Amino acid sequence: MSKNSEYLIERENKQYEVIIGLEVHAQVTSESKLFSQSSTKFGAEPNTQVSLVDAAFPGMLPVINEFCIEQAIKTGIGLKAKINKKSVFDRKNYFYADLPQGYQISQYKYPIVGEGKVILDMPTGQKEIGIERLHLEQDAGKSIHDIDPNNTLVDLNRSGVALMEIVSKPDLRSPDEVNVYIKKLRSIMRYLGTCDGNMQEGSLRADVNVSVRLKGETEFGTRCEIKNVNSIKFMQMAIISEANRQIDLLEEGKEIDQETRLFDTKRNETRSMRSKEDAHDYRYFPDPDLLPLEISQELIEKIKSDIPELPDEKKKRFIDKFNLSPYEATILVSDIETSNFFEEVIKNSDVKLATNWITGELFAVLNEKNLEISQSPISAKNLSKLINLIKDGTISGKIAKTVFEQMIDGDQDPLIIVKEKGLKQESDPKAIEELINKVIENNSDKVAEYKSGKDKLFGFFVGQAMKESKGKGNPQLINKILKEKLNG
Amino acid sequence: MSDITSQSLFELTSNIKEKKLSSEEITKVFIDRAVKSKKLNVYVTDNFEKAIDQSKKFDSNPNFDLKLPGIPIAVKDLFCTNGVRTTAGSKILNNFVPTYESTVTQNLWSQGAILLGKLNCDEFAMGSSNETSFFGNVQNPVGENLVPGGSSGGSSAAVAANLTPVTIGTDTGGSIRQPASFTGTVGLKPTYGSCSRYGIVAFASSLDQAGPMTKNVRDCSMLLEVISSFDQKDSTSIDYKRNCYSKELSKDIKGKKIGIPKEYRVDNMPDEIEQLWKNGISYAKDCGAEIIDISLPHTNYALPTYYIVAPAEASSNLARYDGVKYGFRSPGQNLIEMYEKTRSEGFGDEVKRRIMIGTYVLSSGYYDAYYLKAQKVRQLIKKDFDDAFSKVDAILTPSTPSSAFKIGEKTNDPVSMYLNDIFTVPINLAGLPGISIPAGKDKNNYPLGLQVIGKPFDEQNILNISYALEDKINFKNDISDWWLSE
Repeated sequence: MSKNSEYLIERENKQYEVIIGLEVHAQVTSESKLFSQSSTKFGAEPNTQVSLVDAAFPGMLPVINEFCIEQAIKTGIGLKAKINKKSVFDRKNYFYADLPQGYQISQYKYPIVGEGKVILDMPTGQKEIGIERLHLEQDAGKSIHDIDPNNTLVDLNRSGVALMEIVSKPDLRSPDEVNVYIKKLRSIMRYLGTCDGNMQEGSLRADVNVSVRLKGETEFGTRCEIKNVNSIKFMQMAIISEANRQIDLLEEGKEIDQETRLFDTKRNETRSMRSKEDAHDYRYFPDPDLLPLEISQELIEKIKSDIPELPDEKKKRFIDKFNLSPYEATILVSDIETSNFFEEVIKNSDVKLATNWITGELFAVLNEKNLEISQSPISAKNLSKLINLIKDGTISGKIAKTVFEQMIDGDQDPLIIVKEKGLKQESDPKAIEELINKVIENNSDKVAEYKSGKDKLFGFFVGQAMKESKGKGNPQLINKILKEKLNG
Repeated sequence: MSDITSQSLFELTSNIKEKKLSSEEITKVFIDRAVKSKKLNVYVTDNFEKAIDQSKKFDSNPNFDLKLPGIPIAVKDLFCTNGVRTTAGSKILNNFVPTYESTVTQNLWSQGAILLGKLNCDEFAMGSSNETSFFGNVQNPVGENLVPGGSSGGSSAAVAANLTPVTIGTDTGGSIRQPASFTGTVGLKPTYGSCSRYGIVAFASSLDQAGPMTKNVRDCSMLLEVISSFDQKDSTSIDYKRNCYSKELSKDIKGKKIGIPKEYRVDNMPDEIEQLWKNGISYAKDCGAEIIDISLPHTNYALPTYYIVAPAEASSNLARYDGVKYGFRSPGQNLIEMYEKTRSEGFGDEVKRRIMIGTYVLSSGYYDAYYLKAQKVRQLIKKDFDDAFSKVDAILTPSTPSSAFKIGEKTNDPVSMYLNDIFTVPINLAGLPGISIPAGKDKNNYPLGLQVIGKPFDEQNILNISYALEDKINFKNDISDWWLSE
């Protein structure tokens, strides 16, 4: 990374570097929970998706959902990580009202996935972020404190839902990198279909580890962990606020306590949740209800063979095959739905035009209407038809914009719009010549000025000719014939 | 025909199949006897009314192809039974009625058995005398104010007192074999993974196994055949071909190699136990078995290992009893206070003791020294048996270091209570099958048991050896019905 892009916090001639590591909790896309067959569907009535296992009834036993295992392996492969053939489920013991077993089944010493990496496309170039590990664990239920004035209510619908905890190495250095990292992680998992990445529904949350150090220092400072931040914006705010808090302490000559903190989004500050001394002793030990998880090479190979093209590979292909710029390719592959849309459009139409129209007009509309590309008001099929109309000269780019505006309303077929509104481009040289003659006749004074050297008037004649053609004149043809007439 | 309640399971099923007895007749006499046997305190919850209905239902459309046709059976109160209160002997589950059935009990009902009721046991199966039960101690029918052993004390007493033809218990460190030994009955702990743990209130998951408790070895083989099954609902259940144990039961043990481990000659072992063992060895020889001296060098470490592993798992398994979802709750001003009051009032002393031990040995800073080391020793103990079984087909030991003791005798001395399990815990740690059969009596005329230990999944072999020994020993439990009321 070049020097001028470094994220540094300044204090009286001193520059502090911010060190960030993320523990992302990603909900595994799966119909049923990690150790039970209850549904994981979001938004159901409280406590309607709870089995006897999820509620920890006496004598109930966890039975591993093999699909979740495969999803974790798939994600590991997507993170270019080592898949551990043997991993162990441990119990993490603590008491809480929404933790029915009194322990969370997680993986402690032996996670299912080991070291891997994620490549970030930063404006200044690529940066590799190390992945420390990925492990599977159960989610807890939800304690609801604000419905009943005297009691806390518990909803166990989430209890037992499979989560992947993806732990990064402390390789992130700025809020921007965190933004790109989360988006890239989300993108990879959405390509793989292993996590829908829906942050509103809590499918993706993160614990953020932050420490600071003077620029040039090689040792890490004392870190604080900010628990359970559920949006990229809040992560960035929390990092900035926490880094500044730590720097202020150092500047005052104070020490930073290693502790767990919470981010108060309203006050934009972190506050202490528990100190290291109060840290839970989770008494991890291997869950005797579950045998160590053994994964065969055959299964890994089978899953590998099912891995779709991932964003990095797709980007390379788009650049190599379609001659896109790295910037364009990055945008188009950032989301699986976008790249699918793009590839659908270019099946039958020009790549360059498709790139421009998707990243330009279509994205503008989606932004304006706050829609995902999956909800695009214009289908890939109709957009490619529009592009073909431009490409074969049936309509001009300008007319195409008018047609596009109309297509938004109910995904109308551009061929029909052009036909019904008579927007077909006039490309008959004779007809163009005729209307140019008319323009020259009506503007003899301007013609004289042009001929005496006022070159800028050429644009005026183009405009007049276009107007005369009611906007349908082929601009290239108008240009060509006008030049012949005026210069001849 | 002898008194119905004293008949073996084999006799009862034959009589039902030959239509000499009806299920209703049998069920009623067991219930009548239970009503007169309240002094023993074997039942926590009875199911008598429903049992009679079910027996009538069986008689109206009998299926004699079943293995337990219309046979009434009471079970340890550690098995969850659908619609029938299941307490695990604890106040904390005093009001708990499951909506589901344990796999093992379901196997009984699927073969035609009828639930008589739920039998008393030590709280969460933690105890060796049934004195830790919230529902009070159980009297051993062998003699007044004598413990029936534990934790399956209600079960052993019920079989010995002819209150159920057979029963099932659970065994984590000896909880089937020790009470069987104390009551002159037969009790078998199967290989870990044979019987599903689904629906059994967990004590120590890596050690818990359900098993049959019966009057004789043949009944034991019949019952094991019914309860042992592969179950996908238990991830530690093992899918292997199970024998028709009763069909393949044989007294022919000629040429079988039986190991005698020298380490089981513990200090201060009563002479009568030593004599019992010698007798067992000579009976085995009489049956044509070959006796081989073996060594299980890590035997001494089994008890301390067990008392780390079992409490560690228990401390975590019992965390779910927190007053939030079901069972007993003692209200508090806040969550922590509710937890503290619920668990302080809901659990008894022995359970609290083990939760504390377990929490301690798993704590950071102690984990390596205790839990991890115990796991390593457990592997060594397992290896001892693997080595031994490369030379012998089975191992013969006493079941317990003493006969039944008096109620209250050891309640203030937990370590002396734990020593009761000295011959039984290594078998749980190694996951092996073990059976206790009555083999003699001490000077007070209290029963003593011998234990036969087998290779994994070799239940048939230890049943056969026990069957042969049982025949030679010809044990008679003379129980006087001293507790009966009118």
